[in-house]
Amino acid sequence: MRYLPLTDADRKAMLAAIGVASVDDLFIDVPQAVRRDAPVELPPHASEYEVERRLTELAGRNLVAGSGPFFLGAGAYRHHVPATVDALIQRGEFLTSYTPYQPEVSQGTLQYLFEFQTQVALITGMEVANASMYDGATATAEAAAMACRITRRKSILLSGSLHPHYRSVTATALQFSGLTVEALDPDPLDLEDLIGRVGPETACVVVQNPGFFGRIVDLSALAAVCHDEGALLVVAVAEPVSLGLIEPPGAMGADIVVAEGQSIGNALNFGGPGLGLFATRERFVRQMSGRVVGQTVDADGRRGWVLTLSTREQHIRREKATSNICTNSGLCALAFTIHLALLGEAGLRKLAEINHAKAVRLAEKLQPVKGVRLLSQTFFNEFAVALSKPAADVVETLASRRILAGVPASRFYPSYPELDEVLLLAATEMTSEADMDSLVAALKEVLS
Amino acid sequence: MSKTYFTKEHEWVTVSGDEGKVGITDYAQHALGDVVFVELPDIGKKLAKGAEAAVVESVKAASDVFSPVTGEVLAVNAAIVDQPSLINESPEEGAWFFTVRLAALDEIGEMMDRAAYDDFLKSLE
Amino acid sequence: MTKTISGSRGLTIEEPLLFEQGSPEQCGVDLEEPPAVVDRLGGLRRKAPIGLPGLAEPTVVRHYTRLSQKNFGIDSVFYPLGSCTMKHNPRLNEKMARLAGFADVHPFQPESTVQGALALIDLMAHWLKTLTGMPAVAMTPAAGAHGEFCGLMTIRAALEDRGETRTRVLVPESAHGTNPASAAACGFTVDPIPANRRGRVDLAALKSKLGPDVAAFMLTNPNTCGLFEDEILEISEAVHAAGAFFYGDGANYNAIVGRVRVADLGIDAMHINLHKTFSTPHGGGGPGAGPTVLSAALAPFAPLPGVIHDDTGFHLVEHAVGSGRKPCGRIKGYHGQFGVFIRALSYMMSMGADGLRQSASDAVLNANYLLARLSSDLTPSFEGPCMHEALFDDRFLKDSGVSTLDFAKALIDEGFHPMTMYFPLVVHGALLMEPTESESKETLDGFIASVQGLARRAKAGDGELFHNAPEFTPRRRLDETAAARSPVLRWSPAGGNGDKK
Repeated sequence: MRYLPLTDADRKAMLAAIGVASVDDLFIDVPQAVRRDAPVELPPHASEYEVERRLTELAGRNLVAGSGPFFLGAGAYRHHVPATVDALIQRGEFLTSYTPYQPEVSQGTLQYLFEFQTQVALITGMEVANASMYDGATATAEAAAMACRITRRKSILLSGSLHPHYRSVTATALQFSGLTVEALDPDPLDLEDLIGRVGPETACVVVQNPGFFGRIVDLSALAAVCHDEGALLVVAVAEPVSLGLIEPPGAMGADIVVAEGQSIGNALNFGGPGLGLFATRERFVRQMSGRVVGQTVDADGRRGWVLTLSTREQHIRREKATSNICTNSGLCALAFTIHLALLGEAGLRKLAEINHAKAVRLAEKLQPVKGVRLLSQTFFNEFAVALSKPAADVVETLASRRILAGVPASRFYPSYPELDEVLLLAATEMTSEADMDSLVAALKEVLS
Repeated sequence: MSKTYFTKEHEWVTVSGDEGKVGITDYAQHALGDVVFVELPDIGKKLAKGAEAAVVESVKAASDVFSPVTGEVLAVNAAIVDQPSLINESPEEGAWFFTVRLAALDEIGEMMDRAAYDDFLKSLE
Repeated sequence: MTKTISGSRGLTIEEPLLFEQGSPEQCGVDLEEPPAVVDRLGGLRRKAPIGLPGLAEPTVVRHYTRLSQKNFGIDSVFYPLGSCTMKHNPRLNEKMARLAGFADVHPFQPESTVQGALALIDLMAHWLKTLTGMPAVAMTPAAGAHGEFCGLMTIRAALEDRGETRTRVLVPESAHGTNPASAAACGFTVDPIPANRRGRVDLAALKSKLGPDVAAFMLTNPNTCGLFEDEILEISEAVHAAGAFFYGDGANYNAIVGRVRVADLGIDAMHINLHKTFSTPHGGGGPGAGPTVLSAALAPFAPLPGVIHDDTGFHLVEHAVGSGRKPCGRIKGYHGQFGVFIRALSYMMSMGADGLRQSASDAVLNANYLLARLSSDLTPSFEGPCMHEALFDDRFLKDSGVSTLDFAKALIDEGFHPMTMYFPLVVHGALLMEPTESESKETLDGFIASVQGLARRAKAGDGELFHNAPEFTPRRRLDETAAARSPVLRWSPAGGNGDKK
């Protein structure tokens, strides 16, 4: 077996050194009744080409996003990832290292995480960031809990603009914590009144920008009201490329910013693993959960980096920790930081411009189509339309023609019949004019 | 006239009249190592004896400081928040944590004086 | 040592931060010009510069290549980090995860277009259920700690469904810190259970703490001392007799995979760290995955989504309504750590039922070989054979002036990643060594020679060597106190909370 270096001769010599007759003698603490003598009912070991054959067959049963016109978003975006990113993250010293607990032999990981933290703080317009979390949804739940610790209040208000998975993950995570989570109805037309709901009991308001249904909102007034009432404003960003073009949450008064970082540097991967970004104000840093890298000096006075503020974490605080979280999303953070290093200031801005322009083009092309009505007045690279037919049926019909035509809102909100006709459509730098024309032609046919 | 008492949790309280000044002992700071962070109670907070009153952290450990007495917090020592290293340098003098208005003076009788505390430390070796 | 003019030393090259290089107008990607449109940003165009540097592609490649050279990884060194299972990460796993049919698939594509992805999740679940003998598995937890959270949430939901209020979770003192933290996150209070002199759960103490308010007992088995809990059947019986659930922390499942079925131990829920037992890369700290196997009693309460199979194909259950389930909610966006599943399945298929069993045997053999060969120079904490990791304490360093930390740092200079130090907490100055099945006898012999040599030097009073170690690393010991006292968590142009070089 190719992954096991010991030979039978080695095993024999080692058993002799230990002073036992067989490996079974090393399992003597396992009660006899539960020891199994034979392998379980699963296939035996296989060659590399045999495994490749079986998995390639499974992969072949999926419709590849890049194989035709593709307009899906809803929190996961299909951007181009430069070849350099994937080549560098596969370097063994990155891929096969553990959490950088021994800083003398982990300066590579520590330095890139310090750079990552800086990039996240810069794009969100915040002061500090952690070294990442599982995904945008779990980061949102962590942010809401953190706001409750800071304000010592228990009431969390979730906007209808928040991604439905972020909503349900937050509600699930906090259901036994003694905190109250109020989630407003999904809100494609931006009619909800958040400001009127902020009161002296409110710990935080959680909004998404651009919203789940695409809208970009100026959050400054909401931030001001939150601060007047002693509450915090938490802003979620599902598409971080947008931060190259629109005013960042930090500039609008956010106290905590969380984001899903997948769309920079990471493939779709059917939704996982993700990359939770988490940024906040410096004064809140000790209430932040997740791993953090800090700068220091070594015994010779040279600059270096270490994991710091660990006393917030579970391995020291145990049940009093700020969170049970133990890992970050290291390799996804590495992909993110390399892609952003390649883009730089000019590249991120231009990429964002292209994404927005493509989405505007798509909206313009859809405008004259009978049975399509644009719902989002403002948007970045994704918007909501109302169709004259149930969106899920239209998407299914177009999929059979190998056009992946967006995400129907009913997939998340089956109990809101008023959303049955709502479809989310995204465009990125990967979307061509020809793709758009194929979609428009197909919609004309299906909706007529 | 003031007198200092000690607890088995390695806190000290110096009592003058109905006021108590609270800190951690040299033994405690030594066990913690270099202190990097302190969190103190709000002024006006009413503390029960044995309640969590403050947090003191080193790089590798976080420790709750339990109030050795019942009472209301009168003042806190901002200097140790700005410069936590004071706790390592001067634990039983300059680096006090907070003062309280003592609500139950009889609690003092349950604590050790210096000689008894020194004996207690010897028993830990 | 002679100082060089550049500060670099041969292959160890000094590398500034990204932010100290390049210029804002430089760029490492070529992008087309955007079509001319009237924007729909509602006047919210970003005003101030972001502050990112710009670098051409060669500069970026060199930056990250140099950074990588400052890391130890399993690819380059023996990494016996106890409790972390640093086994070989096959590159076939990486190749499979990058097939376009897996990597380039969106989580919200219509079901009819993702039958292969759903089949893969279902197949992965089948392997995990068969190996553990458990009837169900929740696939979405993103890591081990997240799996604990999932299992305890499921337990809590099951208890509420029964109309029972149980508020306490019992956790051994030797447990990973995530156990009490996860219990607290689910709203339980945590009650520690002491270890006995043999490094196992004190059964009498456990029984005395069990009662009608206990929701669950959490146990890592093999435990964090590297020992199999030989009274596990009595433990499981006592826990169930009290009406509580038995949670297994599967962090050390790699020691028994294929040799012991979790279901036979009476466990109700257990997470499996795919990055430990099933070889997916640790990646400098993630992403992991922690699918959680569940008993029949807990299965209906598993979080959403789940994959089911019928005559028409595979389906995702994304909502409770009409599902016949009583899910505890949703704990993760989308459908779990799909990319990690592919890698783990690629490994499982490669190893097969026979290979997985052999991996457990070899891991245990390697650990016992270290234990046997090092027992005369070091001080083992417990008698008898160990499982997949060997635990020593610092008695052998008594009066040497050398601490466990110093000893570990000296191992770095020898070209080995240190073992886990100061964990578990139940022995003094712990040194926990987990060689895994990936290591050859030659590697182990080389490591043994270094550890023996260092132990003898420590006893001979060569304290200075240890206090100065490591000397041959890109950085020597770092000042963690200074880092924590005034945290600098990012670069900034003005210095301040930035560059204090």
